Amino acid sequence: MPKVKVDGVEIEVPQGATVLQACELAGKEIPRFCYHERLSIAGNCRMCLVEVKPGPPKPQASCALPAADNQEIRTDSPMVKKAREGVMEFLLINHPLDCPICDQGGECDLQDQSMAYGRGHSRYTENKRAVTEKYMGPIVKTVMTRCIQCTRCVRFAEEVAGVEEIGAIYRGEDMQITSYLEEAVTSELSGNVVDLCPVGALTSKPYSFEARPWELNKTLAIDVMDAVGTNIRLDSRGRQVLRALPRINEDVNEEWATDKTRHAVDGLVRRRLDKPYVRRDGKLVPATWEEAFDAIAAVNAGSSVAAIAGDLVDCETMFAAKALVGAMGSSLLEGRQTGMDYDVTNLAAVNFNTTIAGAEEADVVLLVGTNLRWEAPLVNTRIRKAVRKHGAKVFGIGPETDLTYKTEWLGDDLALLGKLPKEVAEAFDKAEKPMVIVGGAALKGGHGAALNLVKSLNLVRDGWNGFNVLHFSAARMGGLMLGYAQPGGIADIVAARPKLAFFLGADEVDFSTFADTFKVFIGHHGDKGAHAADVILPGASYAEKPGTYVNLEGRVQRGDRAVFAPGDAREDWTILRALSEKLGHTLPFDTFAELRAAMAGDAPALAHEGLANFDWNPPALDAKGSGTVTYPISDFYLTNAICRASPTMQRCSAELVHGQDFAEAAE
Amino acid sequence: MLADKDRIFTNVYGFQPWTIDAAMKRGDWDNTKALIEIGNDTIIDRIKASGLRGRGGAGFPTGVKWGFMPKEPKPERPNFLVINADESEPGSCKDREIIRHDPHKLLEGALIAGFAMRARAAYIYIRGEYIREAEVLFAAIAEAYDKGFLGKNACGSGYDFDVFCHRGAGAYICGEETAMLESLEGKKGQPRLKPPFPAGAGLYGCPTTVNNVESIAVVPTILRRSPEWFAGFGRENNKGTKLFQISGHVEKPCVVEEAMSIPFRELIEKHCGGIRGGWDNLLAVIPGGSSVPLVPAKQIMDCPMDFDGLKELGSGLGTAAVIVMDKSTDIVQAISRISYFYKHESCGQCTPCREGTGWMWRVMERLRTGDADISEIDTLFEVTKQVEGHTICALGDAAAWPIQGLIRHFRPELERRIMEKNGGGDTPMMEAAE
Repeated sequence: MPKVKVDGVEIEVPQGATVLQACELAGKEIPRFCYHERLSIAGNCRMCLVEVKPGPPKPQASCALPAADNQEIRTDSPMVKKAREGVMEFLLINHPLDCPICDQGGECDLQDQSMAYGRGHSRYTENKRAVTEKYMGPIVKTVMTRCIQCTRCVRFAEEVAGVEEIGAIYRGEDMQITSYLEEAVTSELSGNVVDLCPVGALTSKPYSFEARPWELNKTLAIDVMDAVGTNIRLDSRGRQVLRALPRINEDVNEEWATDKTRHAVDGLVRRRLDKPYVRRDGKLVPATWEEAFDAIAAVNAGSSVAAIAGDLVDCETMFAAKALVGAMGSSLLEGRQTGMDYDVTNLAAVNFNTTIAGAEEADVVLLVGTNLRWEAPLVNTRIRKAVRKHGAKVFGIGPETDLTYKTEWLGDDLALLGKLPKEVAEAFDKAEKPMVIVGGAALKGGHGAALNLVKSLNLVRDGWNGFNVLHFSAARMGGLMLGYAQPGGIADIVAARPKLAFFLGADEVDFSTFADTFKVFIGHHGDKGAHAADVILPGASYAEKPGTYVNLEGRVQRGDRAVFAPGDAREDWTILRALSEKLGHTLPFDTFAELRAAMAGDAPALAHEGLANFDWNPPALDAKGSGTVTYPISDFYLTNAICRASPTMQRCSAELVHGQDFAEAAE
Repeated sequence: MLADKDRIFTNVYGFQPWTIDAAMKRGDWDNTKALIEIGNDTIIDRIKASGLRGRGGAGFPTGVKWGFMPKEPKPERPNFLVINADESEPGSCKDREIIRHDPHKLLEGALIAGFAMRARAAYIYIRGEYIREAEVLFAAIAEAYDKGFLGKNACGSGYDFDVFCHRGAGAYICGEETAMLESLEGKKGQPRLKPPFPAGAGLYGCPTTVNNVESIAVVPTILRRSPEWFAGFGRENNKGTKLFQISGHVEKPCVVEEAMSIPFRELIEKHCGGIRGGWDNLLAVIPGGSSVPLVPAKQIMDCPMDFDGLKELGSGLGTAAVIVMDKSTDIVQAISRISYFYKHESCGQCTPCREGTGWMWRVMERLRTGDADISEIDTLFEVTKQVEGHTICALGDAAAWPIQGLIRHFRPELERRIMEKNGGGDTPMMEAAE
């Protein structure tokens, strides 16, 4: 470990650290624009210049210089101060300084750093450069005159997102960042360039001119758009969530978020259920809570009751429903709305055991029936990292699709699991960290066959479990932990013909099979579930209630409430608690804390944030794989009720999935 | 004056054909096998002993540079030699003469240098505008392959060595060594960060040495005639012979091979027929291609033309492209035009150069017409200092130096123009009431 001196203070830095990192370790702030921890080093903004001895008698770019023994680094010398002022002045001479009308204002690196390191005035009196706007799709708004050519977006697109669709054209002061032929950027991660952009060149199109950062309440929450459990921050003003931004969590999402995570929030104010409804004469009519509860009580269901959980619900809601159904004397619970019935006797056998962060280390990966890029984009980036970092080999069983890295497709027949081609077997033979990822599409016909690979491919070894199931519903793992699974899936519930069923935000159920059941929909969006319901009880979305979520790797995470639910809508557990009293089975918790305590008693793993520990004890299943793979997600942008209500997601779907032409003329 | 017998480039004027037969009559490819049999390290030692410094402008000792290459390259990471024939520096025109009239000197040098640094192949990156020259080079390479001088078992030495020629597309910055590597790899020509240096990770990530055409072309002759012979020319630390390219206001502009450290006056008198209008008419000289600061007449007249001599004057030998300007020159316009060139050729990658070159040119244009304030001269000088030494590659320095030279030596001229434009008085600056 090299020892360096930063401003006279000697510190030891890790091998391979850069001078910039050494300075940060010593507590010195180094201004930068192009440098970003998660991207390759460009060294082109020249803002991070420091004085380093020994070395040439000129300032050095600290982001690109390796820290070496006996270096003397100065970040406070006159040379460094002058260099920073100089670079700052250059960056600003062609910057429009239109902060008052710029969405980045208040959270702009250029603003902050010019305050801290700039000279305070400019000596440049010539005309400023103007650059035409570029079209970068429905998510990213461009004001390219503000661009300082740091190329973070270019590097992100190429390195992380895996789409080489952003680049620089022309040279010198005419250099411009643009998308390829001004087409939309087709990445499902394109919104991240907005965060990466240190200035206001790339800003969020749906959020443009909506708010200033200092007006916003910031709430820490967990995303529910997929099962990754992206850590997010919901920025809200008044009763509306205006944007969702990723938080840093190295184990889950690093600092990325998908476009769906970021921009489905405008669906939270549309198509909302804001008062109870009761079906009268075949029509849903608005009602009071009393009337709605009376209608449910009138069913006189006895113990013939069931609860079906949707994809977006939190554990607390599911537990409250479970407690109510249990109090009424039933155990008919199911969360797999679309009819899946895989074995859940051992949760480790349906868990993402390698962990999301662990996937980076894999050296051979077999994808079984999963379109990672749509089912879990942020797991996909990890695999892409493994491919880029140490050349991991990826094989796939399923219809061919572009995952942004080289994948050898073996075919879409699950029978292949029983007779893997020779090159796959050879690759796994040599692998030190082998990984199999089984997607939802393969769980029906290939779960047993995939589990069979654990032994034949030696997937589980000391300190490494390479068997993974990839879910794509935020509620899935939590639901399974709470027992929302019948041995035969939802078919068991249909067969039991319950008189009363609670649909907790469940929109994907085939409601025709519940024709004789009194259907109570507790949810937040007027989607398929609400249409089929006999009574609608308006609930809260993920932004409007605190909640516990378990992501696909079994990580228990908690989010807070950012805003209140609209109208008469209530947090779901309070609805169930109130209803329980009406039904004569009063639930034993009056506060959210009591509910959580009761839930912890039921599923102890949910009591603490962090990875739940499922003992690895896979069941013996039929090892024969059969059936062909059809990916379950046909449209990445419209997978749940919230994004179906979101104009931004609809536009993304129309343009990026269905190829509708929205290209705007450059001004 | 260099004796004819001591000239390395015996066909620099193209009086004889460039073809391989003619070249062999001039002594090229003469028992090259014997030169290779000297051995890798011995060749490097002899080049070190000859005192040869890189002819591309920076003057780094060539032998030392070769010594940075790995001694035992791995098969999956071979060594490469890249020869920089992207001669784009305004004023320079020596590589062109070598390639079109004496290409086999370069090819033989490539083989020997490549062998010395254990390179698998050499890439010659030739400037896009050199169309006829590239044709000659392609043909010369084909000739050498036909004779078995290149390719498998080159010259019967048992060493396999390939030479590829790659044509550039006209960007000045691709003459910078790492930008050249990017361009060779098919990317946008933008300089890379150093470290890692090309000798560690260069072309396709493999160890690479980038040498100028002239540095490579003189190698066979140095080995044939002995390093001591080569070191017999020039002053200490500035050894050898050099192709000087004299352009501008001399009677007979020319490219000529001369001993290093020849005094400027002698160079001009002997080879160029003197300054147009006599020595009193000399205004200034840019001694090393457009990127080095100009030197006023008085200082340059008796200066030895070598790396150290010109460095003492605050300028540099560069590529020895001597641009002579007499008193009819609008010196401000000349430098402004150079500024425009660097603004046009900046790659745009890093901030100081991207933004600074345009700024400097715009101020230069106003200084040319006098449409400026006296204080702007100092501002401009400071801006050049803000660019110099703050960039990834040396283009920032190259853009800054000519202006610094102008301000250092011709400030009265700049001030005169401003005064004339503003009516001759130094009017107090108008300030807005706050």
